[in-house]
Amino acid sequence: MSILIDKNTKVITQGITGATGLFHAQGARDYGTQMVGGVTPGKGGTSVDGFPIFNTVEDAVKETGATASVIYVPPIGSADAIMEAVDAGIELVICITEGVPVLDMVKVNKYMECRNSRLVGPNCPGVITPGECKIGIMPGYIHKPGPVGVLSRSGTLTYEAVWQLTSRDIGQTTCVGIGGDPVNGTSHLDVLKMFEADPETKAVIMIGEIGGDAEEQAAEYVRDHMSKPVAAFIAGATAPAGKRMGHAGAIISGGKGDAASKKAFLRECGVSVADSPADMAEALLKIWQP
Amino acid sequence: MNIHEYQAKAILRYFGVPVPEGHVVYNSNSARDWAKRLGDGPWAVKAQIHAGGRGKGGGVKIAKTADEVKQYARQMFGMTLVTHQTGPEGKIVKRVLVEEGSNIADEYYVSFLVDRTTDKVTLMASAEGGMNIEEVAAKTPEKLFFEAIDPVVGLTAFQARKVAFKLGFAMPQVKQAVPVLMNLYKAFVESDCSLLEINPLIQTAEGKLICLDAKLNFDDNALFRHLRIRDLRDYEEEDPMEIEAGQYDLSYISLDGNIGCMVNGAGLAMATMDIIQLHGASPANFLDVGGSATVERVTEAFKIILSDKKVEGILVNIFGGIMKCDVIATGVVEAAKQVGIKIPLVVRLEGTNVDLGKKILAKSGLDIVSADGMADAAEKIVKAVNG
Repeated sequence: MSILIDKNTKVITQGITGATGLFHAQGARDYGTQMVGGVTPGKGGTSVDGFPIFNTVEDAVKETGATASVIYVPPIGSADAIMEAVDAGIELVICITEGVPVLDMVKVNKYMECRNSRLVGPNCPGVITPGECKIGIMPGYIHKPGPVGVLSRSGTLTYEAVWQLTSRDIGQTTCVGIGGDPVNGTSHLDVLKMFEADPETKAVIMIGEIGGDAEEQAAEYVRDHMSKPVAAFIAGATAPAGKRMGHAGAIISGGKGDAASKKAFLRECGVSVADSPADMAEALLKIWQP
Repeated sequence: MNIHEYQAKAILRYFGVPVPEGHVVYNSNSARDWAKRLGDGPWAVKAQIHAGGRGKGGGVKIAKTADEVKQYARQMFGMTLVTHQTGPEGKIVKRVLVEEGSNIADEYYVSFLVDRTTDKVTLMASAEGGMNIEEVAAKTPEKLFFEAIDPVVGLTAFQARKVAFKLGFAMPQVKQAVPVLMNLYKAFVESDCSLLEINPLIQTAEGKLICLDAKLNFDDNALFRHLRIRDLRDYEEEDPMEIEAGQYDLSYISLDGNIGCMVNGAGLAMATMDIIQLHGASPANFLDVGGSATVERVTEAFKIILSDKKVEGILVNIFGGIMKCDVIATGVVEAAKQVGIKIPLVVRLEGTNVDLGKKILAKSGLDIVSADGMADAAEKIVKAVNG
């Protein structure tokens, strides 16, 4: 078991004829993911490196039976691509694209109300269930199958956590990058609920950032409902207020969302918090043994 | 992106929002000329910098005669204005706004922003205008009113009315407030703002509502569809190194410390700053080279870090995913050849093509300390710099 994706997940790539889309579609296929095709309007009926291409997501779903889609479409068309996938009945939409306008995402989230799809991202590394299915841009080889769920707003910092686990011979059930934007699809809280419900996930590492209060909401869930141990790291203790640290969401505004208050609240809720990013795995091992 | 008050007011005027008549000037003589054209006075003379709190620093004056306008403007041009938002170094005033004065009876606060909790644009208003709104929120949250806005329908008249009544307006002002609020929302959405703040919105002694000050911030990611707004960018208000970095698609923010950082990924970059501080030193910058950096971009990143005179040592922390370690290594070597590195350099590489990357560094003949893991890297660079 795992969450969101497994070896049976069939995936299409939106924006597959772009250099980035194709590169990562090939990478995912090499990893063993069932990459069943791609969508590029105007190139339907052709193929690229063995991937059949369709004009619309609707056509792709009809022909391939895909239930997941990964989006590499440039920011100007990302929101439209997400909504097209949702409309076609794709269950899991993962948007990798960085730089999607915030107000586009406000509309997308409204569009998704009362529809049955889940969105991960945008501006995220994707989702991987080690040994089974990789959707996104993370390097596959640093992961290994095992009992720890990993979730994060950041890409490379997730790799860091995963690597700390793998080099201690501890594997992962699923690693989810939810993305660094202020308005996105899946939240920390959503992923924690899934990890709690997944029998194979025994413990969780959650990586947060300054800005907003999503980590606090997740911590309340840990305190009130979660039976599994959770360790965390919050990036941005040294970030000055009012400056946006690369991620649009990583900004301290009005004295809210700073690292110190987030860490304190997480600790109050029973989360094992690492002060140093080098100690994420250690923080988990303090409260849990594999 | 940030713009000046006079530019924000021009945008609001276009959307039918009442703002004072005024004009931006670049020297004190034209300040006086424009004052005369605007009417009989009094006039407001306002220094234009990208920071709030200008009044307390002497950047906002009320003039009774046109000569006074000139005199105040002369004082402002070239002055270094220090406010709680500029940092201790302050900002030099190069533009001044001359405006018709208003007869203030009451002050209110109105803003629009994206609420991350509801994923909706939210109208925030208070009758405590002219104050620091963060203070109001902290001390008297009951005096702040919120309306979450449906992105399909937009701000409705009834929502605007609700807020207007809560602010305590009488019916004639409620009737003015409704279109003002609805047009402000329209300006926010149609310009892809990340913040629209009116502080204060005033009621004049004559009973008219006017936006006396205006602050607009824009979503950088949406500027591609707002070319006229993009043109309003004032480069002189920004850090020259951040501008330089932007030209190479590098995300760079300059900080106060002495250890330069080059990292891939925003989260890891922040975490690297944090771990430097945990080891007792301070980062000189935030720098994310991105996931798909080329040798050229890495070289430029290195040059930017080195051009900061505060930097006494550099920590490179790369977890290669899409970014390959050999590309980073080649960039580091290339930059070292071009500019020469005379300060300690610690490199931590992990991930895709790590062995190849390490080989390139080792063969370069450069004096590079290599590190295993983030803690080791931080320890080594802090020790090298602080002894």
